[in-house]
Amino acid sequence: MAYELISGCQAAALAAQRAGVDLVAAYPITPQTAIVETLASFEAQGELKGEFVSVESEYSALSYCNGAVAAGARVFTATSSHGLAYMHEMTQWCSGARFPIVMVNVNRTVGAPWVLDPDQGDSLSQRDTGWMQIYCANAQEVFDITLQAFLLSEELLLPTMVVFDGFYISHTYEPVDVPEMEQAREFIGPPQFQAQVVPGIQANLHGLSTGEAQLQLVRKRHEDMLRAPEIFADINNRFEKVFGRGYMPVEAVIPEGAKTAFLAAGSTAETVRWFLPELESCGLIQLRMFRPFPKDELGRIVEEHGLDRLIIVDRNCSTGTGGYFAQETRAALYGLNERPVVQDLLLAGGIDLTEDILAGAAQKSPGDGFVDLQWGVELR
Amino acid sequence: MKITDYTMENELMYSGHNACPGCGGALAVRYLTRALGPNLALAITASCWSIIAGAPPLTALKCPILHCPFPSAGAVGSGLRRGLNAKGHYDTTVVVLAGDGGTFDIGLQALSGAAQRNEDYIFICYDNEAYMNTGMQTSSATPFGARTTTRPYPLFKHGQKKDIMRIMAAHGIPYAATASLAFPQDMENKLKKAQEMKGFRFMHVLSPCPPGWGTDSSDTIHLSRLAVFTNFFPLYEIINGEQWRMTYHPEKTRTPLKEYLEAQRRFRQVDEVTIEALQEEVDQDWEGLLKRVSTSNAEK
Repeated sequence: MAYELISGCQAAALAAQRAGVDLVAAYPITPQTAIVETLASFEAQGELKGEFVSVESEYSALSYCNGAVAAGARVFTATSSHGLAYMHEMTQWCSGARFPIVMVNVNRTVGAPWVLDPDQGDSLSQRDTGWMQIYCANAQEVFDITLQAFLLSEELLLPTMVVFDGFYISHTYEPVDVPEMEQAREFIGPPQFQAQVVPGIQANLHGLSTGEAQLQLVRKRHEDMLRAPEIFADINNRFEKVFGRGYMPVEAVIPEGAKTAFLAAGSTAETVRWFLPELESCGLIQLRMFRPFPKDELGRIVEEHGLDRLIIVDRNCSTGTGGYFAQETRAALYGLNERPVVQDLLLAGGIDLTEDILAGAAQKSPGDGFVDLQWGVELR
Repeated sequence: MKITDYTMENELMYSGHNACPGCGGALAVRYLTRALGPNLALAITASCWSIIAGAPPLTALKCPILHCPFPSAGAVGSGLRRGLNAKGHYDTTVVVLAGDGGTFDIGLQALSGAAQRNEDYIFICYDNEAYMNTGMQTSSATPFGARTTTRPYPLFKHGQKKDIMRIMAAHGIPYAATASLAFPQDMENKLKKAQEMKGFRFMHVLSPCPPGWGTDSSDTIHLSRLAVFTNFFPLYEIINGEQWRMTYHPEKTRTPLKEYLEAQRRFRQVDEVTIEALQEEVDQDWEGLLKRVSTSNAEK
């Protein structure tokens, strides 16, 4: 084991380097900038296998990846907030074209006004674009899952967005076990997907099709993505054998007899885990995979522990509805015979998740009069 | 050049494509694929060619085509080049094909970025002077005086056509050239010259559009020739953004602009006063071009 004291951004850059990417095209934006800078410095020191290209916009960064991956190259990019919003047309194009692109998104509020805090709305509002989304709770997860994402994407021919919180993770330094280059390369291997553009072979790629043809493509893409939890688990079984740690799409820490659990994704999961001993009879469900939504896995956890109340930590708000994670959880558990009460705890914008907020939210019980939406700011 | 060079065997374009009769854009691609092929990879942005290429898995070309969204062509071409390099396909010529919208307007940012980075591929703009795929809406390549569906009669386009060649020259790219469908040998020479070079190369092809311009489908070559003869679309090339060179000088064939305008229904509302003003502008542009050509000759 070789622990290094690094930030989440550095962990992401190291993972792309260890993956042996052929091309990185990126544009800087706070709080993702250190990823771009770290990869540029790798290139400057001759430590990047492929090329690093500093492009003139996020739109072009993803377009650049689009061109290179079509030729069969392994590509990486990273962005945040407005940058991701600016890519919106290309995010959909990439999944429609079945391009295995890996992109890191560092959560940051989308304006107006200008806000740097890590609201998750930037990535969550891309949920319907056909990308797999995996949320990381610390820098170790950022490294490991970014590396694994190349295998996941290349197996399913779908792009993956690896997501983590700005500042809480991007700028905080943590000890991270970074595998040696050879060991990481051996695990991940060279790109295992077919190039779409092959010189000398005629092909009319992604040209004008019919609605009927699109129906087949959409169905195939949907059905393929539903395999992601299983493939992610399989990759992690292999990963664990080599590196001694592994992850599941959704994981739970439920103390004996606890009937209430917080559900959190990203750094808030780590915060809840930290405070669990202080919170009487509460558990934690850490959601890593958001697309596809691990409906069956989540349902099994709820049923197995007989949970009757879930408190969803949402550092985001879909205006007019509430938190994304709460919406998705309610929909996913609707088919259970014994449905838990789902309370939404909103931290939209980016206030710190404190012990007071957690304890306050845990105190409210269905018996006190059901509250389906609470603003964290009122519990501080 | 032997006549056999122009037989169907050397064509990379199939006859069953989806272009309108007399389409300048279709002819431009026929010429360019013949000049640059067969080891070609094309990235095509949203434009008439999104349709002309056919419905997959059918195709109008014998080389790989990668379709891409409207603003992205400049960057997709760059990525495609480097991706092919990563796979060892260094000898494949990468061409980005864009209309005037994908070049002058929505595609300008990615085009400028790629040109500034001197990305190693050829960007071809087939310019039919409006958004023709959606039915003739004004673009910044539409010439003054033309009627479009977003400047319908009695209105017409105000403001000059953007001078894309001077914009590209300002990027200092290795090669930029204009080309006319009425001068296929000139176009081919330029393309072959560009292919021998490294870095960002740009070609601007005027592509008459019979339904959009209000012309007969048999007039495409005639109009292309008139555009050159009237100095509306001169033929020249620019090396490294500073050496300007004429490739056709219409000394004996010089024709009044009026003849070019009157041949197209899109200009029918333009009165004599405006025609005179337009003639003056064309003359001024021509003088400016000659000056740039003679200055770069003097510097040599």
